[in-house]
Amino acid sequence: MKIKLNIWKQANAKAKGKFEKYELDDVDAEMSFLEMLDSLNEKLIKEGKEPVAFEHDCHEAICGCCSLYINGHPHGPGKETATCQVHMRSFKDGDTITVEPWRAKSFPVLKDLMVDRNAFDKLMAAGGFISIDAGQAPDANANLVGKIDADKAFDAAACIGCGACVAACKNSSATLFVAAKVSQLALLPQGKVEAKRRALNMVAKMDELGFGSCTNTGACEVECPKGIGIDFIAKLNREYLCASFSEAE
Amino acid sequence: MSKLDAKIPKGPLAEKWSKYKATQKLVSPNNRKKLDIIVVGTGIAGAPAAASLAEMGYNVKVFCFQDSARRAHSVAAQGGINAARNNKNDGDSVYRLFYDMIKGGDYRAREANVYRAAEVSSDIIDQLTAQGVPFAREYGGTLANRTFGGVQVSRTNYAQGQTGQQVLLGGYSALKRQVALGKAKMFSRQQMLDVVVIDGKARGIITRNLVTGEIERHAAHAVVLATGGYGTIYYLSTLAVQSNGSAAMQAFRKGAFFGNPSFIQIHPTCIPVLNEYQSKLTLMSESLRNDGRIWVPKAEGDKRKAKEIPDEERDYFLERRYPAFGNLVPRDVASRAAKERCDNGFGVGKTGLAVFLDFRDAVAKQGKKVIKNKYGNLFAMYEKITGDSPYETPMMIYPAGHYTMGGLWVDYNLMTTIPGLFAIGEANFSEHGANRLGASALMQGAGDGYFIAPYTVSNYLADEISNKVPSTDSPEFVEAEKNVKAVLDKFLSINGTKTASSFHKRLGHIMWTYAGMQRNAEGLKKASEMIAELKKEFWNDLKIPGKTDEINQELEKASRVADFIDLAELIVTDALNRKESCGAHFREESRTEGGEAMRIDDKYSFVAAWEYQGEDKEPKLHKEDLKFENIEVKVRSYK
Repeated sequence: MKIKLNIWKQANAKAKGKFEKYELDDVDAEMSFLEMLDSLNEKLIKEGKEPVAFEHDCHEAICGCCSLYINGHPHGPGKETATCQVHMRSFKDGDTITVEPWRAKSFPVLKDLMVDRNAFDKLMAAGGFISIDAGQAPDANANLVGKIDADKAFDAAACIGCGACVAACKNSSATLFVAAKVSQLALLPQGKVEAKRRALNMVAKMDELGFGSCTNTGACEVECPKGIGIDFIAKLNREYLCASFSEAE
Repeated sequence: MSKLDAKIPKGPLAEKWSKYKATQKLVSPNNRKKLDIIVVGTGIAGAPAAASLAEMGYNVKVFCFQDSARRAHSVAAQGGINAARNNKNDGDSVYRLFYDMIKGGDYRAREANVYRAAEVSSDIIDQLTAQGVPFAREYGGTLANRTFGGVQVSRTNYAQGQTGQQVLLGGYSALKRQVALGKAKMFSRQQMLDVVVIDGKARGIITRNLVTGEIERHAAHAVVLATGGYGTIYYLSTLAVQSNGSAAMQAFRKGAFFGNPSFIQIHPTCIPVLNEYQSKLTLMSESLRNDGRIWVPKAEGDKRKAKEIPDEERDYFLERRYPAFGNLVPRDVASRAAKERCDNGFGVGKTGLAVFLDFRDAVAKQGKKVIKNKYGNLFAMYEKITGDSPYETPMMIYPAGHYTMGGLWVDYNLMTTIPGLFAIGEANFSEHGANRLGASALMQGAGDGYFIAPYTVSNYLADEISNKVPSTDSPEFVEAEKNVKAVLDKFLSINGTKTASSFHKRLGHIMWTYAGMQRNAEGLKKASEMIAELKKEFWNDLKIPGKTDEINQELEKASRVADFIDLAELIVTDALNRKESCGAHFREESRTEGGEAMRIDDKYSFVAAWEYQGEDKEPKLHKEDLKFENIEVKVRSYK
């Protein structure tokens, strides 16, 4: 099938970007979206033109590398789908597809469709861990974890750190990302010791890094490729409020 | 005389590691802050090693090519992580795990290392749990376990079908904590381009900043490579598309021996090639073979839909050939059996290169709900890729390149033949012999990172206390940087007509055809000639757009493909040399009358460690003889 592409091109972080138009005549419906872009790049290189820079790695919706904003949606069409799982059968012959990078102040564009998500690493360093050195761990069965809590903690831990939640949010808030980590660790007995500090520190860091506030629109939940729900944001708010009253730091 | 000394501690097998720890050299806490360590790679070996060494007080610099340490490809491991905890009261023990790994690896692994891996396996689960990894639990709150292929106990811990992700995030969060404390410094989006060796010791690395294109020099007292496997040599594999063998090849060219390069696991259950544009094959977890039945039509070239083929016209070939283990034979055996059917014209699907993995009977017997509970995420992934629902129609699967048992040769200290250069996790030639059992990759990687490298690296550094970190202006650094830059400039100056990916694809095709699931002398010799031709063409007709001092993904690819070409030659050399079949390495010349793999123990019970001899020269073979004193060497049968 024939596909028209409208792709954001930007030489580097400082350059001014603009949309560039491309056309592909022989797109196979069985191709993945990323393979379609590969074929575009092969063509551009052979024509002596600049290929489009974009990120991808595992192609199994787990590494969180891919980050394309397709036709106005992070990761494009499909519920609970990462960019690498989008196939061209989701589009029709003659369609025009607009592809942009994540748009958020805290995720500056590096080149074309690549953004810098280092802010997520900084958020994790602010408290997304349990302070335990190798060698100190008690027996894994010493702390019993009920199946329901363990499963719920897993649901939160399934976050792949792609940043679709930030890209979807009109405030560019990272609240769902922080909420998932804070909830995962607060649900487990081994994470409770530092739960208060963690909530306070990660939220403070989120503000410092320029992420916006959460206004409960729920866009993040709709676009999350792992289906992480905003009930975790409610949990974060509770953890944060309790911590603000009791933790004097 | 061979330079190989595995440095295995003396004494009974079960006491070797305790004795090592009790007598090794230590570095006092005061001195640790004077010592710098470079860790390259942040997967399930690298992140824990970096975190654990930083926790001890060393200064650690950590490098990864991804934008974040959390994206290393260990993240994609699905099924689980083994531990000899005997949680099920079903007779598991450290010895039993050791036994299963040695047998599963077809008696081509080193006893002492395997035993140690089994010994630390239980501590890993404790450590990961303490870090917040949400392992599956029973209603009573204790750890849940499941079973994997090739074993008779339930020792696999898991977090749904995303165990690798959860385990990796445990190591990653420990690393982030050390970054916050200032003990570890993170360098992401950095591609390692060379190891710097000064006075015979590894003293640093050269990297390219993938954002600015700048070439950087980094010095340290020791370098730890945790750079993963090279299954992407086949182009189409289950690995992430950027996974590569470059760090291992850089170390090889600087003098580190390469162990068993041709031992590459082909995973039996992957979504087959669907079109010529495909850049990646997707793994469907081994756990599916607990309930799925593998079959092809009995009639050659039968193109009817699966549903229309009655039971008596189906050939459940694994159940037929291996009644004792049925669909749960080890990976190498299952892969070859599927290939055999397809090669003889019984394959299904458009290309004929696929077999059915059918859940019809399981759904009928257990109900859709139970099956969904067990495999829901995998079924959904399959449907997203192929558009077919495995509840309704059988999956079509075919083997694909997966895990590399081969890697840099290391001694008991996990140190390569270059002093101060360590290789951990999949990057080393590892404890898996000629075939890896399911759920033991995470186990070995994490074991190396959390509980082995921290001891053995300290043992090495104890003699480095009085040595300062070398200056990055020393001639060795200057020379290494000069060479690296020359190669990058060369890529750009060729200005030919073919892209790096197109060469990778062709290389992958050669390797898959002649050095994949089945190998023979004639084919391997042909592959060797074809690789040499391809290499010439690569260096004459490559086209790389852009410049070196900017983000240039094509340049990154070219550098990986150049190393893959040299690695392919090494794999073929090793495969030609080993004229026996063992585990994943199947030489057609060495098989039983029934068509099974036939080891030749009196000739090939050794680790092949290859030494670089110069560009385009045949590498030199060193043999590490394998001694089995604690296990009886038998024919590996699953009939």
